Amino acid sequence: MDYVKLINCMRCGMCLPTCPTYKETFLETASPRGRVALIRKLQEGELDQSERLLDYLSLCLDCQACASACPCGVNAGELVAEFTCERKSDSGLSFMETLILHKLVPHPDRLETSMAPLRLYQSSGLQKLVRTLGILKMFPKPLERMEGLLPPLPSRSLRQEINEVTPAVGKERGTVGFFLGCVMSLVFSEASRATIKLLSSLGYRVITPRNQVCCGAPNMLGGDLTGLKEAAHTNIEIFGSCEVDFIVTDCGGCGAELKKYHHHIDDESSSAFSAKVRDISQVLALHADELASLLKPLPLKVTYHDPCHIAHCQGIRAEPRDLLKRVPGLEYKELEAADACCGSAGTYNIAKPELSDRILQRKLDTIRESGAQVLVTSNPGCLLQLKKGLADQLPGVKLMHLTELLALSMSQYR
Amino acid sequence: MKPSLIDELKNIVGAPFALTDRESLAVYGYDSTPGLERLPGMVLLPGSAAEVARILRLCHGAGICVTPRGSGTNLSGGSLSAGGVVVQTSRMNRIIEIDEENLTATVEPGVITSTLHREVESRGLFYPPDPGSMNISTMGGNVAENSGGLRGLKYGVTADYIMGLETVLADGELLRTGGKAVKDVAGYSLNRLLVSSEGTLGFFTGITVKLIPKPQCKITMLAHFPILQDAALAVSAIIAAKVIPATLEFLDKVTIKCVEEYAHVGLPLDVDAVLLIEVDGHPAVIAEEAAAVAEICKKQRCSFFQTAQNAAEALKLTEARRTALSALARLKPTTILEDATVPRSCIAAMLEIIQASAKKYNVIIGTFGHAGDGNLHPTCLTDERDKDEIARAHAAFAEIFAAAIAMGGTITGEHGVGLAKKKYLPALVGESGIRVMRGIKQAFDPKGILNPGKVF
Repeated sequence: MDYVKLINCMRCGMCLPTCPTYKETFLETASPRGRVALIRKLQEGELDQSERLLDYLSLCLDCQACASACPCGVNAGELVAEFTCERKSDSGLSFMETLILHKLVPHPDRLETSMAPLRLYQSSGLQKLVRTLGILKMFPKPLERMEGLLPPLPSRSLRQEINEVTPAVGKERGTVGFFLGCVMSLVFSEASRATIKLLSSLGYRVITPRNQVCCGAPNMLGGDLTGLKEAAHTNIEIFGSCEVDFIVTDCGGCGAELKKYHHHIDDESSSAFSAKVRDISQVLALHADELASLLKPLPLKVTYHDPCHIAHCQGIRAEPRDLLKRVPGLEYKELEAADACCGSAGTYNIAKPELSDRILQRKLDTIRESGAQVLVTSNPGCLLQLKKGLADQLPGVKLMHLTELLALSMSQYR
Repeated sequence: MKPSLIDELKNIVGAPFALTDRESLAVYGYDSTPGLERLPGMVLLPGSAAEVARILRLCHGAGICVTPRGSGTNLSGGSLSAGGVVVQTSRMNRIIEIDEENLTATVEPGVITSTLHREVESRGLFYPPDPGSMNISTMGGNVAENSGGLRGLKYGVTADYIMGLETVLADGELLRTGGKAVKDVAGYSLNRLLVSSEGTLGFFTGITVKLIPKPQCKITMLAHFPILQDAALAVSAIIAAKVIPATLEFLDKVTIKCVEEYAHVGLPLDVDAVLLIEVDGHPAVIAEEAAAVAEICKKQRCSFFQTAQNAAEALKLTEARRTALSALARLKPTTILEDATVPRSCIAAMLEIIQASAKKYNVIIGTFGHAGDGNLHPTCLTDERDKDEIARAHAAFAEIFAAAIAMGGTITGEHGVGLAKKKYLPALVGESGIRVMRGIKQAFDPKGILNPGKVF
């Protein structure tokens, strides 16, 4: 790791009030400033790579709220992720990690097949039985949590169902490539359908290459840089051959990763790829007036939760709000601390359930205070986490992806 | 520290709030002061005044030093360990009361300054002190350092708002000073003495501050000056015209260049100084004040003057000032932020000395700050790995502090003396000053366990 990145931290503490784990614990070791110091002292030889040190670093959600607050451009979240990735890649992958990252994630077909038992589990009524009998209490805690987070799965993934080319409605203004996030395609396929519908309605021909693969973010988390680069090469090649104006995604996590491909692969094609990547809200905002003319009244009180991967990692804040405010009859209510993490953070809610729950609770409290009927967000991790939280505590609040709400307003979509 | 003492302290606050592991101690070894670290023996996070009192009683008996710490944003090393226990106040973060009849707020020491701002402003009230770190600085730290901020010129600093303090003394006894009475001349003014004591006289566990009605409106203005002297004259002329702006901030040429390169806010590179001016209060009054400010700036040959017509425009005008520190800090890894302060009539002369010192010692110093109250922030951009450059930076600052003292100013306007400025204090306050301070310290803390080695 580049030592200058570590000494750039001037320890001013501006990151502390934005850090979800510092706000919960008040511990310097659980703050961005503290994490940068821990890695720095490790590099300087003042500290050893102890279990405890790794434990402290593992508390980081990588929400990067600290990066948004830092006056000198230090990104503590990214530094911890980089450190963790390097360390894991040095120590090698475990059998399970190899299985998941090498045999499953890069192959959408296998990934989708692996979901089949889950679908059966849900549709057969077994899930209901298991929940009623509390059988999961007998299994390790993480399994119980994973089970609880899982919403009903669509019968088939969107990747298997969607046409590779969706024609533009009316006069064609351009072509976009649609990047299907794994979780969006598998779990929130309705939202991605809405995304494609919005794009085509605005005059875009939408190409959804069926052979595209996972963005590689899970590989990065697992310390598998080789896997990440392979995924990047595959996607760059596939989308590079499509001649598209933009590569659009409706997954905040994928968008943040795709925009960074040129950090991992230093060549022209990866820079060209990353430069074309847009979050769906960025493309819709380009045609906000035209979109507004297609929207029908939706008399709902709506609030918006900023996914970290959209607000902090991609710096997108205004576009989703502006789009929501364009919906006639919609009453927009700003959420307090809207850009604070919901505690999902990849697999954090499974790895650190107690802290994740406390962070989620803060989010749920602000949602309750907002009085909103609909909570909008645009990242599958947040959708999973908030769906569970709302179901438990605020069953009256409906959760929607940004594109689902816009598509609903555009037509009597559902 | 003896294992038995560590256990006893652990029992007071509870195991999760008593830290002794190497990793924790390492990250409590710093605050925001560049180049200074001191490892504590133990870190405690008490949850109540009673726990603080028990900690002090125990440490007093055992002769262990105690250093109070808020969020660790001190810029003079004041919150660094003095060799014993560091006690962090963050968990004591309740706003006890906002008394709208007496216009006071009573808080625990760990309350974040901007949290108090939000709470009182939602009731139409105002707590003016706004240090640059207000989003994370604690009220306890603000009292201990007598923090200032952008609004100092019109509204004063933390000391001007402290009405009552609850302080745990070195031996664990409780001292209550002041209260809600506006007038109180009974005995020595101990409140005033405790404010800016930098953790050396007592541990604050309760703070009662004065509130004022929130100003109804404000008008934001920005002026560019091709000649530094003209900007300084404009500052003096504004005050002489009996307009006291809520904000009267200044950026120098080096800072302007950095801000423009980093944020592209549209500042011309051929001007010597930029002034950001805000007046607040009754709409009719501030309209007149804004007109007067505009006239003065034009008379002092400003090359550009703009008055914000709405909140969005105001935000745009304040952007250069808001990004000043970021823009400077990004230039090089290490940022040494100082706060030499002079009577405001000496600002132009002071700026010339800062630039001359920077040139003489071949270091980059950008200066921005609170022109209205003479509190400047000469900020040296350097690299801690370059020992020679760091030495030159300190030599430049030594000259700057000497000049500030010679002009009737001070070595620190709002950051405190702590460890970093200890050696400059005698030149400012003289032998008698140090003697009196030592006597006061002796009266409060004869065993010298409270943050010893700081200030003098």
